Amino acid sequence: MNTLFNNLDVFTTGFRTTIILFLVSGFFALLLGTVIGAMRVSPVPALRAFGTLYVNVVRNTPLTLVLFFFAFGYPKLGLPEIDFTASAIVGLSLYTASYVAEVLRSGVNTVPVGQAEAARAIGLRFIQTLTVVVLPQAFRSVLPPLFSVLIALLKNTTVAAGFSVYEAGAIRAYLAERGEPAIVVLLWVAFFFVVLVLILAQLQRYFEKKWKVAR
Amino acid sequence: MTSVLYDAPGPEARRRHLVFGVISTLVILAVIAFVLWRFIATGQFSAQKWQIFSFPRVQQTLVQATGATLSAFGVAAVGSLVLGLVLAVGRLSERTWLSRPFHWFTELFRAVPVLILMMMLYYGLPPAIGVRWPPYTAVVVALILYNGSVLAEVFRAGVESLPKGQKEAGLAIGLRNSQVMASILLPQAVRAMLPVIISQLVVTLKDTALGFIVTYNEILFQAKFFGSQVQYGTPIVPSAIVAGVLYVGMCLILSGLAKLAERRLRRSQKVSPAPAAEV
Amino acid sequence: MALFRTKKAVFSAAAAALALALSACGGDSGSGGSGPSASAPYTVASNASLSGSPTFDKMKSNGKVRIGVKQDQPGLGFMDAATGQYSGFDIEIAKWIAASLGYGADKIEFKPIPSANRESAIQNGDIDYYVGTYSITDSRKKQVDFAGPYFITGQGLLVKKDNTTINSEKDLAGKTVCSATGSTPLQNIQKNFPQTKAQSFDTYSQCVDALKNGQVDAVTTDQAILLGYSSQDPDNLKVVGQPFTTEKYGVGVTKGDTALRKFINDMFTNGKDTWQKVYNSTLGKSGTKVDQPAVDNY
Repeated sequence: MNTLFNNLDVFTTGFRTTIILFLVSGFFALLLGTVIGAMRVSPVPALRAFGTLYVNVVRNTPLTLVLFFFAFGYPKLGLPEIDFTASAIVGLSLYTASYVAEVLRSGVNTVPVGQAEAARAIGLRFIQTLTVVVLPQAFRSVLPPLFSVLIALLKNTTVAAGFSVYEAGAIRAYLAERGEPAIVVLLWVAFFFVVLVLILAQLQRYFEKKWKVAR
Repeated sequence: MTSVLYDAPGPEARRRHLVFGVISTLVILAVIAFVLWRFIATGQFSAQKWQIFSFPRVQQTLVQATGATLSAFGVAAVGSLVLGLVLAVGRLSERTWLSRPFHWFTELFRAVPVLILMMMLYYGLPPAIGVRWPPYTAVVVALILYNGSVLAEVFRAGVESLPKGQKEAGLAIGLRNSQVMASILLPQAVRAMLPVIISQLVVTLKDTALGFIVTYNEILFQAKFFGSQVQYGTPIVPSAIVAGVLYVGMCLILSGLAKLAERRLRRSQKVSPAPAAEV
Repeated sequence: MALFRTKKAVFSAAAAALALALSACGGDSGSGGSGPSASAPYTVASNASLSGSPTFDKMKSNGKVRIGVKQDQPGLGFMDAATGQYSGFDIEIAKWIAASLGYGADKIEFKPIPSANRESAIQNGDIDYYVGTYSITDSRKKQVDFAGPYFITGQGLLVKKDNTTINSEKDLAGKTVCSATGSTPLQNIQKNFPQTKAQSFDTYSQCVDALKNGQVDAVTTDQAILLGYSSQDPDNLKVVGQPFTTEKYGVGVTKGDTALRKFINDMFTNGKDTWQKVYNSTLGKSGTKVDQPAVDNY
């Protein structure tokens, strides 16, 4: 207990950053993932190809390397400077978006064919069919895997500790220097992650109940 | 098929798609060209920064590091498959006193980031209980605990997706619960979930890269070391490119296997589409 | 293109390299020859003996001495990835101790040990002693013993050569400073310089890269480490100001091995000339003059 209360500053700063990283990257990952998922089912062959390429490349690259690129490669591009937290958010969003896209694509496949056919029959175009009819239903049916992706994102934020982001993954390094026993520190970190994951799981159950599809 | 989402394109739409396609291809090529151009302009592709990779000793180290990555992955993959099966079977048990602990175990290790697990196994646990093991052990055990728990859920989902009749038929011909599980349910579940299982193994392979945190001498660890070599111009970006090519290459091979498995399955029988793996 | 050439070379050499790597494991690292050690200011003792030191007995039965060092600190403890040669101030100190104990450069096995694993490597007997920017602190003294100090330094600042605004730690307000994640210098900045923005990476090399990219204004850690970087790249980097904390570098030895600790301390005390020559041939190249500290025979 003392390990926690004597170093509350480190724990609160760390987990606050973790939660910010999670919320912001989660938002952008969902957004971008939806766009890429839409690309993968779109009628334009070039967009389909790009979506497939993106998902295949990003899903096969370790997150550490993605973050590495934005921390060390990006500054050499001569573009406007961004700070390390922002670059971690960009990396996490791009990485997670590929998983969101995959989940959504499998979700689109679960929507009954008649839905899209009916949409086309009343004259909706592809974008309308997708955004008004298919995607809303797809989202509901993929809630469990989508939340798995979000939970994975929450845990993946720890990797950013190696790239100058002061979050939960960095707590051990800080407190090791203060002479705290590593096992106690890490058990607390793990405990808070379990709590956060439980909250997310609760949220998932709430949405599942709320958006239950009657078929 | 997804083509149900749009009508077959007519000549006008096809022309529009072509324009779209050309534009988006140009944009993507422009982005790639811009990145390459900036890297060249800042000397990232200069001979000096790549010189370090021309030394036999450096190449040897890279080969060793790749071996270290693959060896950690191999053991972790087999271990997490075994652990996953054990956990799934335990959790599916009809005796609550047996399935509860398995349930908690699975949920716990799914919730803790694998990076924190590795730190715990390397920096936390050994001094606390007075033992000592190499970084390799910490990396492998952490990967097994995490991916085993994830795979347990995959197996469980696979078993639960099977028609009820499978189990009932097994019981009806006098098989015991364990026999039904081992010879009827699990083989079908593994088969149905093969693509997900393999993509989870890709995640395992990628996660070995976190081993550098506990000083395991794998690819990323060595890449960072090469990046610190001042007399060769601190080739941080070139090292990252080399590591990236190695990782993406290995993962693509594994993913290729996943695709192959998926295609064979689709051809051989109708199985429910598998949900995506965790990240 | 270079990438493909390299990759091809890697794979074609793979089989041979693996075989080589297996046979070359350990042994050849750090054999002397090039660098400052060519004209070493110390000689290998011919009949060294040390009674009551379990570490010395182990060296004798091994027929070699295993020394824990850093491999990524230019100027202090550094391994050339291409040749496997170790160089730097700490390396020379380590060789000097080995020579006094009767072990020439060919009988030394250097083991790169990162900061986080130093105590456990010493406690487990993986190494006979450790020389690598190892600060003597009370909490570490509970786990290992220290000979020395052989060098005194403190938190310093590394900036770009053309930087004129940062001349000491007093100029840090509103600036961005980089150090190793969670390290004491970083926590010191966060605590005592609240107007300074702190950034952190796993290694100082990455901080130095961020400095060159212009993402941070200064890198802070032990001045000795910073001198190592500036002496490698004097056209772009410089160390400014005086150290504003005190760090004493010691040689880590097994807890309780008083005989070895005393032996090394005596060697430092009686070897003032040797120390100066070792310093001049390594860190001294940066132009900074430093005196040898008195040992602390606790």
